[in-house]
Amino acid sequence: MIGLLILGVYVAVFVVSFLAVRFLVHRTVRDYTSLKTVTFGDESAVTSNRIASVVSVLTIFLIWGSFTGSAWVPGFLHAPAPFIGDTSFTYTLESEDGERDDATVHVRVFGFGETTQKFEVDPGDGIARNDAVAMSASRSTTILFDKNDETTRKKGARVVSIDGVAIGPDRAIRTPAGRFALTDKGAITFTPPSGLQMEPIWLPPPEAVVGRLFEIADEGYRDSTLWKHLGYSLFRVIAGFILGALLGIPLGYAMGLSNWFRGWFEPLVEFMRPVPPLALIPLVIIWFGIGETGKIILLFLASLWIMAIAARAGVSGVNITKVHAAYSLGASKFQIMRHVIMPNSLPEIFTGARVAMGVCWGTVVAAELVAASEGAGMMIMVASKFQLTDIVLMGIILIGVIGFAIDILMSKAENLLVPWKGRS
Amino acid sequence: MSTLSIENISMRFDLPNGTHVQALQDVSLELNTGELMSVLGPSGCGKTTLLNIVAGFLAPTEGRIILNGHDVKGPDAERGMVFQQGALFEWMNVRENVSFGPRMKGQRERQWGEHVDHLLDVTGLGDFTDKAIYELSGGMQQRVALARCLANDPDVILMDEPLGALDALTREKMQGLVLKLWKETGKTIILITHSVEEAILLGERLLVMAPRPGRIHKEYNLPFADMGVGADLREVKHADGYADTREEILEMIWDMEEEIMGRTEDTQ
Repeated sequence: MIGLLILGVYVAVFVVSFLAVRFLVHRTVRDYTSLKTVTFGDESAVTSNRIASVVSVLTIFLIWGSFTGSAWVPGFLHAPAPFIGDTSFTYTLESEDGERDDATVHVRVFGFGETTQKFEVDPGDGIARNDAVAMSASRSTTILFDKNDETTRKKGARVVSIDGVAIGPDRAIRTPAGRFALTDKGAITFTPPSGLQMEPIWLPPPEAVVGRLFEIADEGYRDSTLWKHLGYSLFRVIAGFILGALLGIPLGYAMGLSNWFRGWFEPLVEFMRPVPPLALIPLVIIWFGIGETGKIILLFLASLWIMAIAARAGVSGVNITKVHAAYSLGASKFQIMRHVIMPNSLPEIFTGARVAMGVCWGTVVAAELVAASEGAGMMIMVASKFQLTDIVLMGIILIGVIGFAIDILMSKAENLLVPWKGRS
Repeated sequence: MSTLSIENISMRFDLPNGTHVQALQDVSLELNTGELMSVLGPSGCGKTTLLNIVAGFLAPTEGRIILNGHDVKGPDAERGMVFQQGALFEWMNVRENVSFGPRMKGQRERQWGEHVDHLLDVTGLGDFTDKAIYELSGGMQQRVALARCLANDPDVILMDEPLGALDALTREKMQGLVLKLWKETGKTIILITHSVEEAILLGERLLVMAPRPGRIHKEYNLPFADMGVGADLREVKHADGYADTREEILEMIWDMEEEIMGRTEDTQ
């Protein structure tokens, strides 16, 4: 239900901001694209709307903050919070012989993360006595109201109404204090308004996640600082990728240049290519244990085939007229390799490297989830076992940010080193 | 003095279905140093195959090519090649492309620098030496291809429709450049083209080839290339005999094309 509500809010923000931007923000830039009359179906006329991107990211954080009661989101934007504080209700008890008496139950609801503390109230008089109940927010509690009463459920006493509203075993009721029902044995089940906010154990507010980031950056988690965890993951990826590239690229070249090499390695490459690296994790753990060797070998295997296939594609992508021209200009085989085939295959190799880095980053996190003593994946795995959702979220966000940064760096390097890509 | 002789070249491609294609049948011709021969013919007459054999990229099934007294066995720097397009190295700038041949021979810049810079000037690339290939227009790129070929100082230059991908105006300018370079360097050139006008304007000798099997149909000796050196090519087109030659060759090629069409219809 709450999921549907969040989706509804999200769609509403999408539509409202779209309409607002469409009718309120006027483009002042009159570039060439703005003069095109046919834009639907012209992919080149579709650019990413900056306002939409900013609103999109803000909306995510807004919904996150709003449904977690974040201190960073102004109070009027919060989703209804669960009831916290003191409340009370009056129940009417009817004894076996028809005598009725009212008693008040004082309920103290403690917020998320607070420890409930028992307290005392004046019991009053009559056959029903006042009770004091302590409970946590967003929970139900079963109130054994008759512990201090003169007559008890065992003797045939039963609750007939709460705050003046009739209640029965088949009749749950709702009053301003909350929801009431009777259990099979006649005890009162009380649920104060739980609101629409998520409990931090499911979804902590953004400031908790950021707080964790600083805390773990400062003090570390599981004997390693945050930077050490991330550094281990990055080191494994880079080491595995470099080894994979060092072997995979020459292998791909050999497969692109020699019948024998292609015949020899094609079955291997074609077989290993569709095997997801994740499926190798158990075997790698059996063979090499959970230490660095196993992880680096796993990432080496993950990048090896990708780089080999990219290098082979790079060789087969060489326009034969370039090779002919180089031969006619007197180049030797080695010179053609060095000055024609290798530079010509660089765009393909960079594409492969970007894919391989992405796959390696995903694989290293997965491998650390399974077994590791340091690393980003290990951090979130251990945190999840202790239900430290804020660390889990922080880890996921950092993993995403680093993966994104790797891709951006690779694309920058590509633009710098292969400026002719796609322009020949 | 004969430098390049093509002796009884035949080329037969066996197809997987058991039939074969006779791309060239018994082609013989001699080319003297400094001659510019253009080769014309309908598609499928084997002119590109012939050029690839002379360049050494293909071995003929029969016959041999002799250049300066030795057999042609494979590609070599003595036979330079200018392709239609796509043969430049995008990862090098203009000057690096043009100096590729000398650099591959292990020469130092002081050995090739002057020659390369001269060629860059002659081809009108003087202001573009540091530009990347993909920044140049199609015509400029073909200038680089010409200069790169000349920088290697080959004995024979083989041109496979070098101006085929250019627009009409650029093409006319480039035809003038080819003539100029030919006279200046005195190279032996074989030029394959689809354009009858280009073949007549540039070819001192003009070879018309016929298809199925690919063979030499007729050879012309033409005066227009000499006229064109240092003159306006458009004026040459008004010279005596130009229009007649053009009509004659066009008709010849039309007849061949119709024959091909007719044959295809017969077999259907």
